This record gives sequence, C-alpha cells and structure tokens, in this order.
Amino acid sequence: MDIAPQTEADTWAVAGRTFRSRLVVGTGKYKSLEETAAAIAASGAEMVTVAVRRVNLSDPSAPMLQDYVDPKVYTYLPNTAGCHTAKDAVRTLRLAREAGGWNLVKLEVLGPPPHLYPDMQATLEAAEALLRDGFEVMVYCADDPVAAKRLEDLGCVAIMPLGAPIGSGLGIQNAAMLSLLIEQTKVPLLVDAGVGTASDAAIAMELGCTAVLLNSAIAHAGDPVTMARAMKLAVEAGRLAHLAKRMPRRMGADPSSPLTGLIR
Amino acid sequence: MTVTLNGQPRNLGAETNVAALLALIGLDTRKVAVERNEEIVPRSAYTQTWLKDGDALEIVHFIGGG
Repeated sequence: MDIAPQTEADTWAVAGRTFRSRLVVGTGKYKSLEETAAAIAASGAEMVTVAVRRVNLSDPSAPMLQDYVDPKVYTYLPNTAGCHTAKDAVRTLRLAREAGGWNLVKLEVLGPPPHLYPDMQATLEAAEALLRDGFEVMVYCADDPVAAKRLEDLGCVAIMPLGAPIGSGLGIQNAAMLSLLIEQTKVPLLVDAGVGTASDAAIAMELGCTAVLLNSAIAHAGDPVTMARAMKLAVEAGRLAHLAKRMPRRMGADPSSPLTGLIR
Repeated sequence: MTVTLNGQPRNLGAETNVAALLALIGLDTRKVAVERNEEIVPRSAYTQTWLKDGDALEIVHFIGGG
C-alpha cells in the first residue's frame, strides 16, 4: 500500500502555523550544542521548545542555541520553566517575544519536586495574564478535564497534559484520562512529559493525540540521535495506527487461518 | 554610574545607552533581549535608551530547554 501521499497531507496546525511533523522536541539536557542539533535533525521535528535565561556575561562570545538550531528553520516555542507565578511567566515570555519576535509560547507553572506536577491554579492565572497580553499559549497541564476545559475556554491554543511526571520516562500512565481529554478538546492536544521510549510515543499517538512533546527520552538515551529517529518513526506509526483504527480487542482467540479445507 | 547587570553590579561611564552597553559586552543584538527595571527595551529603542545610575538590567537569550 502506498501511504506516502496520505502522510504528506496529514498536517496539524496551531496558532495559524501548519506542521507536518507530530513530534515536538525539547532542546535541553544534551551533552553539547552539536548533539542537540544532530538529534533534532534526526527527529524530524519542526517545532522545538527553548528556555529563556540570562546571558553569561563573562563569556559573551560563547556559541548560542540559535547558531545550532536555526529559528528560521524550526519554530521556537519558548517555555516558562522555572517560573512559579503568573508574574514571572509573563515577564519571561515578554523577553522571549522580544528576543524571538513571535508570540507562540509554552506555559508551564510547576509544583515542587519530586513530582513537578502542574500547579493548575497558578497555570490558569498565568494563562489569563498571557492571553491578555497577546500571547498564543500552548499550555502544560494536569490530566484534569475540568482544568483543561477551563484553559481551552480561556483561549489557549493547545492543551498539553502530562503522561507521567516530567523527565520520569515512565510512559503513558493515564491512557483513560488522556482519552477523555482527547474526546473533549477542540484545539490540538499534545502529550507533554512522561514519554520514555518509542513505544510510549506510539501509544500516545494511537490514543489520538495531535502530537507528542518530549525532551529527556531523546536527550538521556544512550544514543540520542538514534532515539530521535526512533521517536520520529514511532510518532508516525502511532498516527497511522490511529487513522487506520485498530481491531477490536476480544477475550478469546480467533484463528487467522481458515478452518475449512483441512487435510484429514 | 553603577547599574545591576544580570544581578551583578557593574560600573559604566556616564552617557551609556543600551546599544553601547551591548557593544561593550560584545553581544549580538539579534540574539538577546533586554529588560530595564522590569520593562522590555525594544531593539528599536536601544540607541535612545540611556542608562541611569541604579538601573537594573537583564540581558537574556534562548538556551536549551524542554
């Protein structure tokens, strides 16, 4: 079966931008900027998350992320990692908007370690403030259908629940809740956090997620570039399986070979 | 005059604007953003934004993140 034309046409859009790749990758935790660039290229991602931090003034000529991951090639999605209040999130992303010149952002307001679970009250406050300020907000959130609906109603452009705690690599621990969220959400829904290996990404896509966002699963793999490629294929496979609609599960066996015409 | 630059005190000559400060540090203005006393300084305003004693400046850029 020739599936190439179908996958080519199978795009998704957020905030007026259309993407072919359903894998969004982080740019953190790599050993070097060279490795970052190679892994991102292998992943086929078109959107990458980035953090906003103070420039190291003692080494101003140090290479910067943009030198390796070209913002003209990849859509940068600045995040609010490290922000614990709406004020910090707005301040950080205003700087990001000035540095990058665009207003599509990833909001994340986290609770304390060891779970770094999304702080939904603070997230809702920050989302309101950012939307008022003209940002287009893709929002990391709990798998809480009530809070997710509220974020969508506020005007967030993508809902991004966790599959497991950030950086845990535990995989999709909440398939039932994600299915509920997929069912109710009208904007793109991305699993953001929890994916540990390729099969986890495939499971998220089979459930019907629009896309998958991950970082550690690639950056902390033994061979990040090979894992990036595995993730690309897993997301594509999961997406195709979702579109193809899996067979029903049954409790008993159903032989694949006909029972007629057996030799006696 | 003394300003606070990314949390550290720094002595600067009088009559310094943001453009001159970035040139002094050696930063590519296309890759950074500047905040002065918690207000964004737009790139287009770097040459007109004159620093005052006691100003708090943040100069940020994009780094790897998830």
